[in-house]
Amino acid sequence: MATTITFALMDPPYESARSTTAFRLIDIAARRGYNVNVFAYEGAVATPFAQQKAHPNAVHGRDAAQENHPLPKDWVAALMQAAAQNGGKLDWVNCGLCVDERGVAEVIEGVRRGTPGDLWRMASESQGTLIIGTR
Amino acid sequence: MAIGKYMVIASRDPFESRDVDQLYDLAAGIVREGNEVTVFLVQNGVLPARFGARSEGLTKLSARGVKVLADEFSLRERAIGGDQLVSGVTPSPLDVIVDHLAAGGKALWH
Repeated sequence: MATTITFALMDPPYESARSTTAFRLIDIAARRGYNVNVFAYEGAVATPFAQQKAHPNAVHGRDAAQENHPLPKDWVAALMQAAAQNGGKLDWVNCGLCVDERGVAEVIEGVRRGTPGDLWRMASESQGTLIIGTR
Repeated sequence: MAIGKYMVIASRDPFESRDVDQLYDLAAGIVREGNEVTVFLVQNGVLPARFGARSEGLTKLSARGVKVLADEFSLRERAIGGDQLVSGVTPSPLDVIVDHLAAGGKALWH
């Protein structure tokens, strides 16, 4: 039976080291070929928002390409690709109510809309679940 | 009764968050009930692993049978070398959290 683990994420992008640690954990699991479920709620639903844009840095005189600003949506896509390349899958579900509240319905390919019931289902089907809540 | 295996992930700086002490108490209590507990320090949670004013709590935890690990990456980010760690704290890759989850262990993030 394939190994499946679930993470619930709450932090919005660009705000907390918790997001970085969550990405690191997902990356480890994806490279092992595990099936990884992510249930994003509250601010975390903006993580795969498709309208994130790289920007220049006028203070340092760099254009957008030179600045090479990291975009969380690209990291999510890369994690999905890493999981697939290693025989697993990253299933990313955004809480629908949280999405509507924030107007971030336009997401990258592979991200789907769901409800807290999805988190229950994911946890039920996983060997382990970690909830990373915002303090 | 089967022994439970728990991982408590401590991400908060005890200089900033008073409830870190309560987390350590929780870990010690779970061990006292006959279970196995690992406290995994990550992000600013690694700060008390460096010998100093707030490191005593981790030394006590280790003495009570709690396994205490500290994320190698978080230590490097904060320039905390292995020779600066208090007794009972072992540097570890983040992989052990994934190992624990994959093995069906329970994990609590704080």
